[in-house]
Amino acid sequence: MSTEVKHEGSLGVAMKRKEDPRFIQGKGRYVDDISLPSMLYMALVRSPYPHAEITSIDISQALKVPGVKAVITGKDLDAAGLGWLPTFHGLDKQMVLALGKVLFQYQEVAAVFAETRGAAADGAEAVEVEYKPLPVVADPFAAKADKVILRPDRERKTNHIYHWEVGDKDGTARALAASPKRIKQRIWFQRCHPAPLEPCGCVAQFDTMGRLQFYVTSQAPHVYRTALAIVTGIPEDKIHVISPDIGGGFGNKVPVYPGYVCAIVGALKLARPVKWIETRTENLTSTGFARDYHMDVEIGATAEGRVTALHVATTADHGAFDAAADPTKYPAGMFGVVTGSYDFPVAHAEVDAYFTNKAPGGIAYRCSFRVTEASFAIERAMDILADELNMTAADLRRKNFIRKEQFPYPSPLGFTYDSGDYQKTLDTALEKIGYNDLLKEQAAKRARGELMGIGISTFTEVVGAGPSKHFDILGIKMFDSAEIRIHPTGAGIVRAGTKSQGQGHETTWAQIVAEELGLDPQNIMVEEGDTDTAPYGLGTYASRSTPVAGAAIAMAARRVREKARKVAAHLLEVAEADVEWKEYKFQVRGVPAKSVTMKEVAFAAYTNMAQNEPGLEASYYYDPPNMTFPNGTYVAVVDIDRETGESKVRKFLAVDDCGTIINPLIVEGQIHGGLTEGFAMAFMQEIQYDSEGNHLNTNFTDYLVPTSQETPHWETAQTVTPSPHHPIGAKGVGESPNVGSPAAFVNAVMDALSPLGVRHIDMPLTREKVWRAIRDAEAKKKQL
Amino acid sequence: MIPAAFEYLRAHSTDEAFTHLQQHGGEARVLAGGQSLIPAMRFRLARPAVLVDINGIEELNFLRPRSGVLAIGAIARDSDIERAAWIGERRWSLLHDASRMVADPVVRQMGTVVGSLCHNDPAGDWTAVALAARAEVVVRGKSGQRTVAVDDFLVDSFTTRVGEGELALEVRFPVPDERTAGSYQKVERKVGDFATAAGAVQVSLNVDGTIRGAGVTLSAAGPCAIRVEEAERLLTGQKPSVELLRAAADAASRRSSPQADLRGSVEYKKNLAGVLVARGLAQALQRLGVRL
Amino acid sequence: MKVNVQVNGVPYERDVEPRTLLAYFLREACGLTGTHVGCDTSSCGCCVVVMDGSRAVKSCTLFAVQADGHALLTVEGLAEGGKLHPLQQGFWDQHGLQCGYCTPGMLLASYALLKHNPNPNETEIREALAGNLCRCTGYQNIVKAVQQAARSNANAGTSQ
Repeated sequence: MSTEVKHEGSLGVAMKRKEDPRFIQGKGRYVDDISLPSMLYMALVRSPYPHAEITSIDISQALKVPGVKAVITGKDLDAAGLGWLPTFHGLDKQMVLALGKVLFQYQEVAAVFAETRGAAADGAEAVEVEYKPLPVVADPFAAKADKVILRPDRERKTNHIYHWEVGDKDGTARALAASPKRIKQRIWFQRCHPAPLEPCGCVAQFDTMGRLQFYVTSQAPHVYRTALAIVTGIPEDKIHVISPDIGGGFGNKVPVYPGYVCAIVGALKLARPVKWIETRTENLTSTGFARDYHMDVEIGATAEGRVTALHVATTADHGAFDAAADPTKYPAGMFGVVTGSYDFPVAHAEVDAYFTNKAPGGIAYRCSFRVTEASFAIERAMDILADELNMTAADLRRKNFIRKEQFPYPSPLGFTYDSGDYQKTLDTALEKIGYNDLLKEQAAKRARGELMGIGISTFTEVVGAGPSKHFDILGIKMFDSAEIRIHPTGAGIVRAGTKSQGQGHETTWAQIVAEELGLDPQNIMVEEGDTDTAPYGLGTYASRSTPVAGAAIAMAARRVREKARKVAAHLLEVAEADVEWKEYKFQVRGVPAKSVTMKEVAFAAYTNMAQNEPGLEASYYYDPPNMTFPNGTYVAVVDIDRETGESKVRKFLAVDDCGTIINPLIVEGQIHGGLTEGFAMAFMQEIQYDSEGNHLNTNFTDYLVPTSQETPHWETAQTVTPSPHHPIGAKGVGESPNVGSPAAFVNAVMDALSPLGVRHIDMPLTREKVWRAIRDAEAKKKQL
Repeated sequence: MIPAAFEYLRAHSTDEAFTHLQQHGGEARVLAGGQSLIPAMRFRLARPAVLVDINGIEELNFLRPRSGVLAIGAIARDSDIERAAWIGERRWSLLHDASRMVADPVVRQMGTVVGSLCHNDPAGDWTAVALAARAEVVVRGKSGQRTVAVDDFLVDSFTTRVGEGELALEVRFPVPDERTAGSYQKVERKVGDFATAAGAVQVSLNVDGTIRGAGVTLSAAGPCAIRVEEAERLLTGQKPSVELLRAAADAASRRSSPQADLRGSVEYKKNLAGVLVARGLAQALQRLGVRL
Repeated sequence: MKVNVQVNGVPYERDVEPRTLLAYFLREACGLTGTHVGCDTSSCGCCVVVMDGSRAVKSCTLFAVQADGHALLTVEGLAEGGKLHPLQQGFWDQHGLQCGYCTPGMLLASYALLKHNPNPNETEIREALAGNLCRCTGYQNIVKAVQQAARSNANAGTSQ
């Protein structure tokens, strides 16, 4: 009998991360760390024009550059049937290398392969391309007019990509018309970019067996493998995708990029490994951007402040190709969660998307598939409504929250929210931040003409894509998977279909297994990202890992436990029915002193298993029954410097409810990071194009990532309302801070400006925008 | 991004550096901190055929306050000033502030003051500071060494009095007296950004509390850093007051002639010029113990 | 062009083009891939190494040839004899990293900070690390990591 330390459980434990030792010693293995013998480097030639015909491409000078081995263009790819790539959303395709014309500035035009990075760069510079500029469609409203058709390759000759809607159109219109109070506001969530610190890249090699070894920064390696098999015609068993360590994803590393296909073609054609690592400029100008939703939000309410109806009509800018990586049936993602935390009797949401001469994309930057846009819209609009009704932001929310008793709550736009206690979360937040004292302080400051604001965001988001009856990517249903194998000495390995880019799966997945099996998480190895060994999964993005793969892991572990129980019964010399799992061990029912640990059972599974199947392993493919609905209350306190327009975030409290918490340290870290990204979007980030289609924020000099000096201090807290349908009650949390925080910041600034009568300012709330709003409002006042 | 190829020459003495520069003329660039030059080379916006590395020239590595003059050698780093033993002294408060706001704390460990002056970015920090402090640059040319006042040294964006084949050796700041303080005010969208607007002030007081002299300059307000002569005139001989500061600030706002860009419109930047000069003057005076 | 440089106490002699940036020299010529490249405008700090004992430099904004004759410390050289440096321990204990990409640069910038200021407060740490970007952590735990290292140094009576 063992004298082991009593197992205390592994959920809710703030254990240090197991993956850290390699990162803190500089021994991580990122794609650019991979160097293969006789490897070539690839550089891309890109278009300086946003919209132009390509009249000629002369590669002769490039081929003369010492070290350059080959140059390919769109024509070469097209001849091989690789001219176009299906987008993940499946309703469009995008050019790999430009075919006949270019549709956005920095679009890929040619690929150069050379012996060194320097030679590849020199070769790219030497490719001579002649363009004939075409008129530019610079924004979706211009695109709507269809004066210049950007995609004549498509069946319908229009810049309008799709119309999507959900909800009760007529009922909503009637309810709005009948409402005593109404507000309507155009709210733009500006184009942003996730900008992970590691840019995208790959190393492609056809090995001696003719297999494609493809190392790539991919958040979804299995999907890549299947997509590449479909696109290239290489049989899927001959493709090995390996996502090594990834330096941040945030949705930027979900799409398959033209550079990847070019690298694979180069590796095949030249029979040498090819490495392609993009530059920061390439990353910001051509890879998956996020947002760019122009939303017209209308809310109706009774005079007492009870909301009656919500209508949102959105114009979406997708760039030159619809490469937004949404699940197939959801061209506007989960935008239908725009009713937020509120009980709207009726609602209607619609999205019209357009092509423009900009980089393709739309789904990225921790958006949970457009939930960031939806949440921002409703939280801003509720504040505007509160102002209109002369109610405080908190009171209006309280009056309209979905009540605890209403869960599971069927929203008017088709979601069934699993659980939540919004009232409690709001109360917790306001109490913790000292809301009443802040209101007093604000009143005193206002009397002195000082601008102080308190902003609240009470968001509900929807993650965990998703149930097979609704969700698929390229037809593949959005389940996820786990394989667990326990070794004779009680250590083990779990492989999952997800792929961490910093979320800590090597620790949290081990904690789930350890919790379910009473083992030491330090001895549960976690593996992800290698498509030869990991079970098929849809990857990590949209906060789906814990809801889906986390569930698969728990369920696989329970299958292991069931197998183990048989062996335990044998060891305990009782019938299986008399064995129960209690206090992290197998006990004889009614005789707790008679027990065996999982460790002992593991050994027996290999050495003394009797009639039972030898070994101890199981897998599980989990099809979630529903999405999960993390939620929270965020409160921001802001002071505005009138003379410069600077908004100083003095205080920020995030109270999150992500259900069961696996590792509080990791959850807190996710929230800090997401709040910092929300802060960036609210105050300084924007991907801008001028009216001629020129990209204005091509590097970190002009696309702004906040430093440690600007970033506020974050206070965090949790309420826990487990998800009733998840095996361990967890909901996921990675994207909540991005979803919920922009509105908290903007609501705070608008609250500060409310004595001046300023109603709304679009993000980013730069100093100048705020300065101008103050100045214009004061000038107006003087006139009256 | 990979720079275009170049020939690299490392100089071990000022004479050697000068010889290389004279030999290669316009084809050569001096490599000191490199924190402006190398990024430009990475984008292939700068493509010098020859780089003359002066980082190994010990005789150019000095930061010397001596009688009446603070001499800063061509390869003295921004961080050397930031950490100088005397940088906390009130007389050096303008340099104190600026040395903490140039670029970012790591770039400052390679970047140089002289290099920054020679680069003459319209939104650079050291140019406005050197102008406000009335510094001089020592340049070595074919006919020997000469001293150029910063007002004259800064010609146009990215253009200075350092000609082809010449080498800037040091910048000399007059050592301010006991009754002098300064302030550098900079609005940047984040650390590491160029200034949206910046103002450098240095104020000296008479024994009776009136202003003996002032340097008031702006960065990101024109093709080069500019001196707000009107503000300096208004301040000289006057007793500090809220109205006086406002007048000086208004003068700065009027004098400011910025370009509109992603950082701000002309109107906003001109507004900031006034705000920052007012704040800079207030802080400098507060450092001198003057309450307004 | 020949470059002789000492990295983490080990001499390296390599022949490279003058235009080779120090970051790529370390990663490719020396095989030390812990130093990372994250941008092209010297903004992100993923490439920070320490030169000559205490000077933090952005190795993407230095040519390898400039480092000839100098001593460099990269992240691979922080741990000694298998024992983690207090900064590394601090980052681990305080969850000061997530994806790990900015971590080497953060460690080295912090190293240089502690050389000059062995007991920095939060403001000083945030100011000193403002040349290093992070997208994952929001910086808060990085500050705690550096504070832990500073305390640990103080307890050990060292200034590592």
